Amino acid sequence: MSDDSQRALITGVAAVAPNGCDTNSYWAATLSGLSGLRPISRFESDGYPVRVAGLIDGLNPAELCGDRLAVQTDRWTQLALAAGERALADAELVPAELPPYDMAVVTASSSGGNEFGQLEIEALWSRGPRAVGPFQSIAWFYAATTGQLSIRNGMKGPCGVVVCEQAGGLDALGRARRALRRDASVVVTGGTEAPIGPYALTCQIASDRLSRTADPQRAYLPFDTDACGYVPGEGGAILIAERADSALARGVDQPYGEIAGYASSFDPRPGSGRPPTLRQAAEAALADARAAPHDVDVVFADGAGLPGPDAAEAAALAGLFGPFGVPVTVPKTLCGRLYAGGPPLDVVAALLAIRDGVIPPTYGIGELAPGCDIDLVREARTGRVQTALVLARGFDGFNAAVVLRAA
Amino acid sequence: MSRRRAAITGIGVLAPGGNGTKAFWALLTSGTTATRGITLFDPAGFRSRIAAECDFDPAAEGLTADEVERTDRCSQFALVCAREALADSKLDLDNVPPGRIGVSIGSAVGNTITLEQQYVVVSDTGKHWVVDPAKASRHLYRALIPSTIAAEVAWDCGAEGPASVISTGCTSGLDAVADGAELIEDGRADVVIAGATDAPISPITVACFDAIKATSPNNDDPAHASRPFDANRDGFVLGEGAAVLVLEPADEARRRGAHVYCEIAGYAQRSNAYHMTGLTADGLEMAEAIRVAMGRARLAPEDIDYINAHGSGTRQNDRHETAAFKASLGARAYEVPVSSIKSMVGHSLGAIGAIEVAASALAIEHGVVPPTANLYQPDPELGLDYVPLQAREQRSDAVLTVGSGFGGFQTAMLLTRSRSGGAG
Repeated sequence: MSDDSQRALITGVAAVAPNGCDTNSYWAATLSGLSGLRPISRFESDGYPVRVAGLIDGLNPAELCGDRLAVQTDRWTQLALAAGERALADAELVPAELPPYDMAVVTASSSGGNEFGQLEIEALWSRGPRAVGPFQSIAWFYAATTGQLSIRNGMKGPCGVVVCEQAGGLDALGRARRALRRDASVVVTGGTEAPIGPYALTCQIASDRLSRTADPQRAYLPFDTDACGYVPGEGGAILIAERADSALARGVDQPYGEIAGYASSFDPRPGSGRPPTLRQAAEAALADARAAPHDVDVVFADGAGLPGPDAAEAAALAGLFGPFGVPVTVPKTLCGRLYAGGPPLDVVAALLAIRDGVIPPTYGIGELAPGCDIDLVREARTGRVQTALVLARGFDGFNAAVVLRAA
Repeated sequence: MSRRRAAITGIGVLAPGGNGTKAFWALLTSGTTATRGITLFDPAGFRSRIAAECDFDPAAEGLTADEVERTDRCSQFALVCAREALADSKLDLDNVPPGRIGVSIGSAVGNTITLEQQYVVVSDTGKHWVVDPAKASRHLYRALIPSTIAAEVAWDCGAEGPASVISTGCTSGLDAVADGAELIEDGRADVVIAGATDAPISPITVACFDAIKATSPNNDDPAHASRPFDANRDGFVLGEGAAVLVLEPADEARRRGAHVYCEIAGYAQRSNAYHMTGLTADGLEMAEAIRVAMGRARLAPEDIDYINAHGSGTRQNDRHETAAFKASLGARAYEVPVSSIKSMVGHSLGAIGAIEVAASALAIEHGVVPPTANLYQPDPELGLDYVPLQAREQRSDAVLTVGSGFGGFQTAMLLTRSRSGGAG
């Protein structure tokens, strides 16, 4: 598609990940196999059956967003504010120089400001209603990050918040592109998550999908014969999506790439006998990008880390691309699943793969589970990367797919 | 580009004062208020002890024991409304490919009641920061992530197309309906189950609004506590409920002979980038949203017949949106009736936007403008026609409905009578 008013470029990225708290360190760690999975040390977690999480150390997000904001925001929002600042700087974009209504914010969240919420709910139940502070009303709800990013950067365009567990991280990009086509020239998008507080982790444990393995190297092994659940993690990425015509007009000459296609779908009710729909989402995203399966140079897989869902994803990929028909990678084995933050981080990795001509590997995987007929990339592969497909699945059956293309 | 437009062909509402669309409309047109002392928990010790509650029995509304066990009250509301809306649309979903059915549900605070009740269990009533996972319900993860609300609705109607929860605070309902309309307009779905739900009447939500004095402390006279545009207003009254709509491409809906309540002619979102809870007195961003929405709908101020206001019952809101109406509609603002149904059904956060879309559609359908209840002494600073106390018979061909919420979000939507009738 050549109409620059319809094309959505990514002109700035900022990763904030367990294995690297800025984009460069994340990318270096991803290529070299440095893991951010570690024993949960934030609180006394001995009584918890889950022992490992992807944790961001060496970064105090509150410091990055200032004292005033730090007291009224959850860690999830602080991570996004810190990343938002860096993504704008990376795009060399100064919001004050653009018309406010042309700029918008669309983020994804899965569990909101859960640690802030736990503090306030504890205050309520241990000390009574008057102990609840004035910021609970604005820190806990799912729209807090989008609202704070909009206010901090003076962005008055069409803002949004989407909640589809892990898949939401790609849905946000799809909506960002839609906003660019309708109403905006710049959209701050992506998402973060900070789900490792005691109560939020307790909620996740109830899903029975988390890994209970204590060894960080063996805890999250998607597509492996020893797949035993996933490791949750904190972090994500914020991206600057920009309409191609206005990006070119302000002199952007090296965008990371283009959001060339997006689609989403929902799986049928369990037990219905109908097949899951991840493949349909991927096919629709490719059609949207006017790309064929053979155009895809790499797939960033969802990588649930559970035998059933892994087999389903592998089957979808083998069906669409042929068995072992496309390089598949899951760099998130080094970070864990970051819920709404995970797919935007994968998008950053995919864009850097395009930039550097290297497919980041999937570290730690031994033997592929039977039936997983995929070409899993175990060592970094160099070569031209023109088109990447990023997949995400959210709990209950949300599927999303984004096609990224070199601009 | 194709100009598919979304039509509303089915409505399901669960609001305080009576379950189902019929009861809802009867309440609105009679000008009766459904605000009362909180019964869902013991509100002793709270600043605001009033709310607009639904009298809701999930089993009586047809939900199975399984559905009730795994879902929060807000999902239950959404399921009941989705079923009513689908039945109302007379659409046979068996004839629609599942991948062409979308779901878009708004919610501001999701499964709060379950999250709080379970917290009390696993923390032993707030005694432990490191709570005990062994005590948790096996469905607890479903409460942490509000996406489960859309999943329940999608499963219930067999949708396999795009599904999502939209959570932009108090504009969630309008934004979710707009998101659903976009799926129709962009050709990504042929049927969208779109709406919003919230069930926020729990201690933590009441306490957080207490803390910023946003809610009315008029505990002695709950029936008259929600007073938008009245000189004696003193905050909003928390509500709960849901509304779900069936959206279809207008042309296809007409082709199948569906009853079309109205079309979604245009919408726009803007943000004030000013304050998470504060509003400026000039309402410029909401005015911009209204102007853009009118432009998309190809309507002029003179075409607007009724404004379904945000009307939450706070002084800053009343000034903000009144200024927005004046700035965007000019002289027309002084002629067109403006009313707030929150005076009757309270402010159900993210849900109310969808409930207000339903009310606006019904205003077109029945040729009646719902009143603003409790409006005995209009604030002299405002100066518009806020339809005090009594519903008004009036044909409306175009209705503007607006929402405003925490985060600074402002949304405007225009609904218009279907070209070849249907309504009325």
